[in-house]
Amino acid sequence: MKGVLSSVRRRYGGVATSLILVSCGLWALGLVVLPQLMMIDYSFRPSLPPAKQGGPEDIYTLANYAALYGNPLNLAIFLKTIWSSALVTATALVVCYPVAFFLARMAVGRTAGLLFIALVIPYWINEILRTFSWLLILARNGFVNTVLLDLGLTQEPIIFLGTTPAILVGMVYAYVLFMVFPIYNSLESLDPHQIEAARDLGAPWWRIHWRIAIPHAKPGIAVGCIMTFMLAAGTYAIPAILGGPKSRWFTEVIYSQFFEALNWNRGAAYAFILLIMCLGFIALMMRLFRVNLAEVTR
Amino acid sequence: MQFSRKLQVGGRDPALGQGVSLDGVTMRFGDFLAVDDVSIDIAAGEFFSFLGPSGCGKTTILRLISGFVEPTAGRILIGGQDMAGIGPNKRPTALIFQNLALFPLMPVWENVAFGLEARGVAKQERRRRAEQLLELVALDGSGDKRVNELSGGQRQRVAIARALAVEPKVMLLDEPLSALDLKLRQHMRAELRTIQRRTGVTFVYITHDQSEALTMSDRVAVMSQGRIEQIDVPDAIYNAPQTAFVAGFVGEINRFAGHVVAADARHAVVETDVGRLRGVNRQALRPGERASIFIRPERMRADGAANPADENSFEAVLDRVGFEGNVVNLFLRTNAGREIIAQQHNSDDLSGLSSGAWMTLRFAPDSAAVLPAEGRFEAAA
Repeated sequence: MKGVLSSVRRRYGGVATSLILVSCGLWALGLVVLPQLMMIDYSFRPSLPPAKQGGPEDIYTLANYAALYGNPLNLAIFLKTIWSSALVTATALVVCYPVAFFLARMAVGRTAGLLFIALVIPYWINEILRTFSWLLILARNGFVNTVLLDLGLTQEPIIFLGTTPAILVGMVYAYVLFMVFPIYNSLESLDPHQIEAARDLGAPWWRIHWRIAIPHAKPGIAVGCIMTFMLAAGTYAIPAILGGPKSRWFTEVIYSQFFEALNWNRGAAYAFILLIMCLGFIALMMRLFRVNLAEVTR
Repeated sequence: MQFSRKLQVGGRDPALGQGVSLDGVTMRFGDFLAVDDVSIDIAAGEFFSFLGPSGCGKTTILRLISGFVEPTAGRILIGGQDMAGIGPNKRPTALIFQNLALFPLMPVWENVAFGLEARGVAKQERRRRAEQLLELVALDGSGDKRVNELSGGQRQRVAIARALAVEPKVMLLDEPLSALDLKLRQHMRAELRTIQRRTGVTFVYITHDQSEALTMSDRVAVMSQGRIEQIDVPDAIYNAPQTAFVAGFVGEINRFAGHVVAADARHAVVETDVGRLRGVNRQALRPGERASIFIRPERMRADGAANPADENSFEAVLDRVGFEGNVVNLFLRTNAGREIIAQQHNSDDLSGLSSGAWMTLRFAPDSAAVLPAEGRFEAAA
């Protein structure tokens, strides 16, 4: 950090360097730190009409946080959101590890290039549009139901939309890249001779993955899991489009606290509860994979 | 760093080697012919080396024997059994990679025991066998270390122990010493040879380093451009090369190109730019054929008398003297500008030599080889 600063100063001089520092500081303070501090302050105060704000009832309290436990419906949605995000993460890992392995270790030349393009192009399209395409696929008379009916696997169209599985499918699809690339990155640095050596010593393919490739890819797997989980837990668009009243996501609860109940204080408290759960998940992942911050940010 | 005298590994008899046969093996990668119709029989328990420049196909042969690639044509047999369709994890071979390919995330003992783990040996037994093998390669007590805590030579020995753990019938080594410094390399040569003798495992060794191949091997196959040039015991490879490539690739050699003017069953005479030279006619050359005659520097006798009268003698002017202690290299130049090296034992006769002196060089016909000048060797020589 010190080295970076002194090299910047050498190149641009003292005045420009202070300007850069001050603008960065203002940006961080004004757009990141202060709003968050404000939300923390909100979350510990009761929701009061403007007249009573600053009055004797405006005291710090944990009531907004406790409110989640007092509301079984919201609590259930919260727990389901955490659990479902974990499920999305696990599913994405199972789907993406083979893809990443194939890309990193087996695909060569044109095949690799085409696969990369096939993976990246969907991400040029807006997330909401991509999610809408799943609406068409999963609709009552959509692609999946047409195929199932034509094959005679079902007599009646199946209702997918508005259910939790629909949301999970949409999310796994939406976050595939965030899981593939970190794993791809870490697998790419694996010496192919290690895989050959393991094979030569008699290991079947699954043991090569279990003992050689997966341990090597651990930092990438941890990063992929953290990103996917955070995105899944924090998404609003996908449950809003693919879900229904019975499959509400906790972000939707937070949204309604802010913009429907106009209770910013409780909304802020809910948002922080979600944030703390996510941080807890990161800590758990890092513990589980025995990786440290230096490895993850590498 | 002596290996322990312990012969037995894991309480079993030392694993005895099996022979390897290549029968008309050809390997193509697209348009590139990496291995061209190679047939060899490597005996059980033999230390066999493939020697050749990089890109000559020797590594491909090793990968064919280990099973990582299947030959385009031909058969590979190990212990008399056809290996077609048998994967590398099912063959009785163990490969030591050029970069060793140790597993950096496992402690040393798990590296050594990896093959046993793959065979379903219980953990306690694995640990015990790993310790025995580590003792065999003089690394006892290093089982719990990380691979990156070891020196280059120690890693080398972990790789050997890891390969021995699976009790292979054939050990395949892909230039495993090339990353070591000279002194350690020479030491490891002797140790590899000792391990090979003690275990009785067949060693197939790949190298581009001729002294490595000549000092360790029972037999050497010299390869060039996917083909076997010569298979022989080390001293025949050096003293009786069968092709111009072998003569030029292995060791220093003086070469005179020309054409054959006289030949019989034993000798051939080549007309060169220093006159007519007689050498052993191993390839039954006939008069008129293009050929080169090859003479080792240590077979060249040089003396001050400037009177070339006999056969197999010619004049050259001394360029410089390279003093190496026990031997002295004389660098000379012929009238035609050709550079000659003559190696002499250090003696009083050599004192007082100075650049610019004319000398007469001689050699015995039996110490020179007349070999066909084939186009494809011209570039290499």
